[in-house]
Amino acid sequence: MHNNKLQSALFAAGITLVLACLMIGVKLDTESTTLAVRGATAEQWTWIGLGVTLVFLSQLFSNQIDTLFGKLPKPNVGGLLPKGQKMATLKPWLIAALLVGLVIWPFMVSRGSVDLATLTLIYIMLGLGLNIVVGLAGLLDLGFVAFYAVGAYTYALLSMYFGLSFWVCLPLSAGFAALFGFVLGFPVLRLRGDYLAIVTLGFGEIIRILLNNWTNVTNGPSGISGIAKPSLFGLEFTRRAKEEGGQTFHDFFGIAYSSSYKIIFLYLIAVVLVCFLIYLINRLMRMPIGRAWEALREDEIACRSLGLNRTAIKLSAFTLGASTAGFAGSFFAARQGFISPESFIFIESAIILAIVVLGGMGSQIGVILAAIVMTILPELAREFSEYRMLMFGLLMVLMMRWRPEGLVPMKRPHLELKQ
Amino acid sequence: MTETFLYLIQQLINGLTIGSTYALIAIGYTMVYGIIGMINFAHGEIYMIGSYVTFIVIAGLLGMGMVSLPVILLVALIVAVVMASTYGWTVERVAYRPLRGSNRLIPLISAIGMSIFLQNFVVLAQGSRDVALPPQITGGWTFGDPSVFEVSFSYMQALIWFTTFATMTALTLFISKSRMGRACRACSEDLGMTNLLGVDTNRTIALTFIIGAALAAVAGLLLGLYYGVVNPFVGFIAGLKAFTAAVLGGIGSIPGAVLGGLILGVTEALTSAYFPSEYKDVVSFGLLVLILLFRPSGLLGKPEVEKV
Repeated sequence: MHNNKLQSALFAAGITLVLACLMIGVKLDTESTTLAVRGATAEQWTWIGLGVTLVFLSQLFSNQIDTLFGKLPKPNVGGLLPKGQKMATLKPWLIAALLVGLVIWPFMVSRGSVDLATLTLIYIMLGLGLNIVVGLAGLLDLGFVAFYAVGAYTYALLSMYFGLSFWVCLPLSAGFAALFGFVLGFPVLRLRGDYLAIVTLGFGEIIRILLNNWTNVTNGPSGISGIAKPSLFGLEFTRRAKEEGGQTFHDFFGIAYSSSYKIIFLYLIAVVLVCFLIYLINRLMRMPIGRAWEALREDEIACRSLGLNRTAIKLSAFTLGASTAGFAGSFFAARQGFISPESFIFIESAIILAIVVLGGMGSQIGVILAAIVMTILPELAREFSEYRMLMFGLLMVLMMRWRPEGLVPMKRPHLELKQ
Repeated sequence: MTETFLYLIQQLINGLTIGSTYALIAIGYTMVYGIIGMINFAHGEIYMIGSYVTFIVIAGLLGMGMVSLPVILLVALIVAVVMASTYGWTVERVAYRPLRGSNRLIPLISAIGMSIFLQNFVVLAQGSRDVALPPQITGGWTFGDPSVFEVSFSYMQALIWFTTFATMTALTLFISKSRMGRACRACSEDLGMTNLLGVDTNRTIALTFIIGAALAAVAGLLLGLYYGVVNPFVGFIAGLKAFTAAVLGGIGSIPGAVLGGLILGVTEALTSAYFPSEYKDVVSFGLLVLILLFRPSGLLGKPEVEKV
């Protein structure tokens, strides 16, 4: 048995060496016009050596490592909260405290942190939207960013060509994205789930290509700049009112102008939007349609034999997810003030998917936590930024192997009979 | 012969050339799907790695002063096939085998993770810029009236046609005649039953991944030489195209993948000939949606029967 272990460890190490040698050990280099190869530096060879040793050791001692991991307690975030009746009375207070904290917090920290928090909130919105599609309904959508793009461009174009305000465009963007989701989902959702993944992936690319090439409307790769910022009941957050007769925020309240008001205002809008989405999705999950999403994810055939309309249920989840992305997209356009097709590449879809997977499919708290981790970690580890996507990929594979239910697994609302 | 006709012939030649390489990649998707019913998203990345290995070997051998082109190409082919197969096998072993038997969504997400990982691995190891290789095979045949329009059929295109044809023939013989090929066919009929009858299904599945990766490496070599450029992101779009080809022909069916690849290649060539070439991707994905809408089982596929 032990001998067998050694053999497989040697084999794994050998394979690792073969895989690493030609890709890391040799590097293609263009010298003037000809292509040349050069060997890796000593440092890179050291890394290869370390990697091979690591694989060898982990294979050799895989049993011991497995038992070690088995002994580790699984993180149980839900267990930290008080249970039952106590929780029920505590919950509204906790939520209220959290909300007050969220509102007061930006006035005490730097502009950069508030801006980062706004970005995190956008990812939370996207994560919540994709969570409906992937987590609840079990449909793998790889082109989620396309709906995000539709939302962003809807606001940018409507505001540029027709001068519509952010508040008018917000529901319109969500509506447009939903329409796109409906039109795309209708033919595809009748089929097996895997097709949906690839069609949405293709759709994401199509939207990006169209935005890039439809130059006279979307301005092509150079994007749209100078998108109007949201206003508070007509009060603008600029130094001077843009139009005659317009009023600015600081004039109205008679305070000195500060550019951070605008940032804090955007942050507060994002908080309101996220709260609205959380509330909405929470309600939906408890409605028959929400139950049907989950039931369909668990067993499609059983659902159909119980008389559920599979296409309608899937389509509702897909459309709702798309409209959430459109919602987030129009806010993104308003926050950035500039959008281009570059912001809507596949990697974004992958990041949003990673957020949902990491957080725990279907779990709202999990998605929120994962979005915070996924946006703040890259900021903290800037020197490793080139390894960011590599880590995302690895994380997705590892999560699927060891904890497919995510960091904070979803708990179904249930009642227990008192004995 | 009129100019429009000759122009059409030229586009058909170009389309069939690209299409046959799509077919090579599509076979990898179709075989894996046929056996374990999952989309191997990392397959496009294996193709990209095949291209890189080809470039490394050719540049290395040229740098060492080797001049004989057939030897260089042969060595490049062998190394690329071996390396890509190793990658394919490892991906299956690390990311898919431990997940067998779980919910469908889980291996699919793992596959996407693997695809992102491999792409960024190559970005880190080889840089994200285009790497260009000077054309190795030049020249070709031309026909048609030079004053009207000259149709050219380059040696490189001929090599692609020949290699693809030879590889397909070898694969067909392997699948239909050899013992392992029979195991492959049995697994795609009924995995559980085949396992009961004493076939090592894990080994057969691994073999499928290896064959798919080897074919992708051949495509990587051919397309790498044809375009003369490679970057870490080529695998993504090529993988999408090949998957479209596989669905078009009927996923799970090898002749279907070949047919789908050829149709897709010709469609693309014609689109970029008569419309702005940026829209060729839009047209091929549009084709995918239309096929799914009207004939979900593809051109040569069998309709799927759901069993409880």
